Amino acid sequence: MTGENLEASVRPTAITDPGAGRPGAGKTVALFATCINDTMFPQTPKAVVSLLERLGCRVEFPLGQTCCGQMFTNTGFFDEALPTVRRYAEVFAPYDYIVAPSGSCVGSVRDQHPMLAERTGDRSLVERVRAVTARTLDLSEFLVDVLGVTDVGAYFPHRVTYHPTCHSVRVAKVGDRPYRLLQEVRGITVVPLPAADQCCGFGGTFSVKNPDVSVAMGADKAHHVMETGAEFVVTGDNSCLMHIGGVLSRLNSGIRPIHLAEILASTEGAHP
Amino acid sequence: MTRVPKQPTVAVARKRRTPAPPEETFLGMPAFRHGAKNALANTQQRRNLRHATGTIRAKRAAVVGEVADWEGLRRAGEDVKNDVLAHLDSYLVQFEEQFTKAGGTVHWASDADEANRIVTDLVRATGADEVVKVKSMATQEIDLNEALEDAGIAAWETDLAELIVQLGHDRPSHILVPAIHRNRSEVREIFLEEMGRYGTAAPGDISDSPPELAGAARIHLREKFLRAKVAISGANFAVAETGTLVVVESEGNGRMCLTLPETLISVVGIEKILPSVADLEIFLQLLPRSSTGERMNPYTSMWTGGGSGDGPHDVHVVLIDNGRTNALGRLHGRSALRCIRCSACLNICPVYERVGGHAYGSVYPGPIGAVLTPQLRGITSDIDASLPYASSLCGACFEVCPVRIDIPELLVQLRHEVVEKKSHARVPSANQAIFAGASWMMADARRLTAAQKLASAASRILPKSGHLGPLPWPMSKWSNARDLPNPPAESFRDWWKREHEGGRP
Ligand code: SF4
Repeated sequence: MTGENLEASVRPTAITDPGAGRPGAGKTVALFATCINDTMFPQTPKAVVSLLERLGCRVEFPLGQTCCGQMFTNTGFFDEALPTVRRYAEVFAPYDYIVAPSGSCVGSVRDQHPMLAERTGDRSLVERVRAVTARTLDLSEFLVDVLGVTDVGAYFPHRVTYHPTCHSVRVAKVGDRPYRLLQEVRGITVVPLPAADQCCGFGGTFSVKNPDVSVAMGADKAHHVMETGAEFVVTGDNSCLMHIGGVLSRLNSGIRPIHLAEILASTEGAHP
Repeated sequence: MTRVPKQPTVAVARKRRTPAPPEETFLGMPAFRHGAKNALANTQQRRNLRHATGTIRAKRAAVVGEVADWEGLRRAGEDVKNDVLAHLDSYLVQFEEQFTKAGGTVHWASDADEANRIVTDLVRATGADEVVKVKSMATQEIDLNEALEDAGIAAWETDLAELIVQLGHDRPSHILVPAIHRNRSEVREIFLEEMGRYGTAAPGDISDSPPELAGAARIHLREKFLRAKVAISGANFAVAETGTLVVVESEGNGRMCLTLPETLISVVGIEKILPSVADLEIFLQLLPRSSTGERMNPYTSMWTGGGSGDGPHDVHVVLIDNGRTNALGRLHGRSALRCIRCSACLNICPVYERVGGHAYGSVYPGPIGAVLTPQLRGITSDIDASLPYASSLCGACFEVCPVRIDIPELLVQLRHEVVEKKSHARVPSANQAIFAGASWMMADARRLTAAQKLASAASRILPKSGHLGPLPWPMSKWSNARDLPNPPAESFRDWWKREHEGGRP
């Protein structure tokens, strides 16, 4: 076998790339499902897989992943959070793009992992953590900034309202990307949510440490959602959605909570 | 609503001169969630707070939006304050030199008791048995009014909202608008019932219209202004370069106190320093826009020492530490000392809006209170240990803070301190056990997988309604008012293994 032939046989050509011609062609994405989605809302990471594959990406799910550790960090249990920081840095080290369907978990990874690593005084850990956390993106950031798409070919013929979760806006800073993605969905009606920038009251362990205040905030959010006449309330974070949806369900409001990824994944043939 | 003023329970030899505040002290208050629960049930207060914070939020947003480079202004404010905190020792000495040179007297107080003693002695030395007060957070913090009352000196609040609080036997619930939890019909009742006991009564036919209420306050206060020999103030800023004190206010009542009496005593936190007069350019823009939502506040009073002409001749400043150097010594906590008490973080806070100020157990409520109080007092009581948790960490406070205090970050750091403190207890708390267990689980994906299998198994025997209703404790903390979705029959990772790895889950 000549050298030329050998090279041709190992180098994948454009023809063999299943994503060829699509925005995600040639990109491998590590999906960080997040522990709450993995355990409670598997339909969301499934939607991310189908969406990203439809856009031509190769999706991998490193099985060693667990959790961003935010519930520990935000409750003050820094030492308990550290194993998740180490694990995250190790599991996702090989990937260029780490994508999660959660502005909150992405915010925690980018914002808090470096701080937790610094506390150990272990320089090499800090370096590794910084490298991997900087490559972590919320789904909306990956779609708009990396793939350069806002029209993902989705179809969702429903009236929806979008709640911008606090951590997606103020920590991960996803900006208006989710709105731009929603606007391009065929068949959809997006109704503005009154007082959208007010916290829904979830707040992680706040929801059980201060349940009365948390529910008072959730009730106001639920009422605003109901005012819009939407069929679905959409967010990019299932944790907040579990709280808002929990209040809406107790009120028998008939409004369904749904993650942004699930809307973006639905097509004419398949939508929830 | 009829109001029953609280009478002192212990027999005192002398009759009180000013309205008695509520009996319960801030420090004796229960953890935040208990106070919050009571406050949430007060529907009148919730309506008042929603209306008031909503109005002021909109005003602030409008006037902040019209500044071309608000972000640049915030960063400038942050930089000046950081410089002050880094060189506080030399700036304080410089301020003392300048203030003294201008004819004033500087006093130093390490804590509330010392400050109260100094002020009481200064008032006694003048022979006066009453003082008029400019609205001041520092004197609230040290509970000066009660110290003076104990010494037989009547302290009259002259800020309209402070007057409402004082006459209402109440405590302030907001930094800027201490009576924010009251609406005007409540104010009318307080004025009708109480004003006559302590001075000129309100007219019997007074309505609840703001001009009439303000008119009654004006007549009630005027008598006190004209009689007063001593005034007590705080200060928004203390300029090191010149020894100048600055008070920013809306009503002009402060200006009356600062100009009419012969003696003026100002109680000022040591972190209020600004290096130079030029720095006021930044802060006189940041403060009113963040605070009252005005481009400029109506009254800005500045004075440098005493004098022989108009205004007070005998001028004192009491510089108080009262826990500030404790905060200054902390890497993260220090930034809370940049606070200029504008109250934007209270007005934007969704927790404050629903609960009000009293549940925070301090004269500093809301987000800034939650990070400042535990640092000033140390995490010594239930209420202090619960304050860092009195937030959903939504981050709205950081977004509006004119000196860019990252309050959510501070809250998380303080939570860590609370956890550390509790970890020294001999018996580990339930919380510690839960988080230690969860940490062990999350350290290894196989352990997480095992836990997920339990959840999936549970889902098979759960009702098919799609969600769970009320559950027993501790799940009740979630489920008393919120449904919980059923766990799925299969976790994502099991699905993935089935679909992609060809393996059995
Ligand atoms: S913390 Fe910031 S926003 Fe809150 S009162 Fe202080 S200066 Fe104002």
